[in-house]
Amino acid sequence: MLLFDFTESLGAALRSIRAHGLRSFLTTLGIIIGVAAVIAMVSIIQGFSYMINQQFEGLGTNSVNVQSFTTRENRLQGRIARITPEDVELLSRRVEGIASISPIMYPTAGMNQVRFGSEVTNTQVTGSTYSYQDVGLLYMKFGRFISEADSTTRRRVAIIGEDVREDLSLPENPVGQFIKIGEEWVRIIGLTEPRGQIFGQSQDNFVILPFNTMRTLVGNQNRPDIFVQIALSEVGTIESVTERITTLLRNAHGLDSTDEDDFQVQTSEQLTDTFNTIINSVTLVMSGIVGISLLVGGIGIMNIMLVSVTERTKEIGICKAIGAKRHQILLQFLFEALLLCLLGGLVGLVIGYGIGVLVASVIPDFPGAVVPLWAVFLAFGFSAMVGLVFGIMPAAKAANLDPIDALRYE
Amino acid sequence: MALLEIQQLSKEYLMGQQLLRALDNVTLSIEQSDYVAITGTSGSGKSTMLNILGCLDRPTAGKYVLNNKDVSLLNPDELADIRNHEIGFIFQSFNLLPRATALDNVMQPLIYRGMRRAERKRVATEALEHVGLGSRMDHLPNQLSGGQRQRVAIARALVTNPSILLADEPTGNLDSHTTIEIMKLFDELHAQKQTIIIVTHEPEIANHCHRIVRLADGQIADDHRTRELR
Repeated sequence: MLLFDFTESLGAALRSIRAHGLRSFLTTLGIIIGVAAVIAMVSIIQGFSYMINQQFEGLGTNSVNVQSFTTRENRLQGRIARITPEDVELLSRRVEGIASISPIMYPTAGMNQVRFGSEVTNTQVTGSTYSYQDVGLLYMKFGRFISEADSTTRRRVAIIGEDVREDLSLPENPVGQFIKIGEEWVRIIGLTEPRGQIFGQSQDNFVILPFNTMRTLVGNQNRPDIFVQIALSEVGTIESVTERITTLLRNAHGLDSTDEDDFQVQTSEQLTDTFNTIINSVTLVMSGIVGISLLVGGIGIMNIMLVSVTERTKEIGICKAIGAKRHQILLQFLFEALLLCLLGGLVGLVIGYGIGVLVASVIPDFPGAVVPLWAVFLAFGFSAMVGLVFGIMPAAKAANLDPIDALRYE
Repeated sequence: MALLEIQQLSKEYLMGQQLLRALDNVTLSIEQSDYVAITGTSGSGKSTMLNILGCLDRPTAGKYVLNNKDVSLLNPDELADIRNHEIGFIFQSFNLLPRATALDNVMQPLIYRGMRRAERKRVATEALEHVGLGSRMDHLPNQLSGGQRQRVAIARALVTNPSILLADEPTGNLDSHTTIEIMKLFDELHAQKQTIIIVTHEPEIANHCHRIVRLADGQIADDHRTRELR
């Protein structure tokens, strides 16, 4: 019997929505926009998240980064923290479970200018060791990568990226050519395969020198700050290694127990976590905005439903006179609100997905629009809830009309 | 045993500050298969009487027994059930659902008693054919003449096989020719043993009936039988 009332009320609600096509559409516009916003937002954020996580994966899940960290207070006092070559030496000798350690040194001013003949270009000059090849996912097109010996004997050699070769008008195979970095001449021993762009940023505009060569070029007066990437030999030792590094560096830097660390030990997991925290707070703020828009949409629906009840007061009176019970009237109007919201949700879903696809096609390297199932359920669930919450009041009003008063209503 | 019986029934309204007594201590009983006219001037309480007899309204005091059931004690949903099963309403202004076809209008009361669609359609078609509208079932009310609309309303009232047919000025909006046709239909229904109560202020309509109850100031002023109950 109840099931019968359900199907009959559903049919009546559908007919009523169809009878007022344009009005139904305008009524549900708020829901359409709200749901479209949710779906578009989720698909874009998911895409970004996927893209960034892909990039982090290059760092490996089994690696630790060490870099200097200067507190604001110390910076104001002119005490700039550094990771020194001695620190790197210390870590490589005293920390257990390290598969490889890649110190990465960025030069001080004046060393980013590279010349070949009359050509000059600015590029990113980095000093590192052989293990950087794995870390940076570099593959050789010509020549070879830096070897351990290159660094220990401070050979004046360099690896260059495709952009640098082009900018300096070097031959197709530049191995053996000499280029001038700052005031020093170095010989090219390798050219890497082009890697293309990420976020419109070229990945091929760099020069890599052996770590110790870089130290020599920078000189002793300039104390360089070093970024260290450590790959662990065993999975699951990240915590103990992190602890060990912290203890060693605190001792080396002469920090007593009240001092804060003047360095940071980061795992790639932490980087991902940091990123996810940002994504989550962005999502939260956006959800708030979307929630408000759905609320406003719901109020719009309630408004129109109340108008609709008033408009159809006489009809309700007729139905009551020929035997409609309260729940039968209630169901019809409730279903009408619910259906409006769900239809709005469906249209919003399609529009939102469309926006997601559009955005994905505009941003280079963006993966296809992904709308996870939970977002679809969330959008529909929320629409249904809005329909129920804001439909119940007009429906109850209709159901509780007095038959005589309703019949006399003109 | 009478089909319906009202005892010491009163209905009061509050009109602004003034208490208005539309029905004042009325006692009346109506037998099965009777053909009754309730007449009176405007304001005599005849419409109030009809609304209470049709379970659309509830008395302030007194008792109303319909088919051995004390209706004055029922809640709104139980009253809806009574209206659906026991009573067929016919209104002066037809009161059809404007966006539903003649057939849908006649099927409507059957929805509320949970009848399946195919069955509803069959029964409603029969009722429409019975009132001579078999060829206009797909028309909307505004595509029908006044007399045809009232026929649809009569079919809708009859389709539930009610104990009583209640008509409130059924010919009030019709021309004299159509009035005769509709009254002929009522006469036929009475011949088929249908209990009919018509509220009217027109003597010609009342003269079709076999018993005439005249109300004045909320009380029964006159109650006489023109033809014997068969």
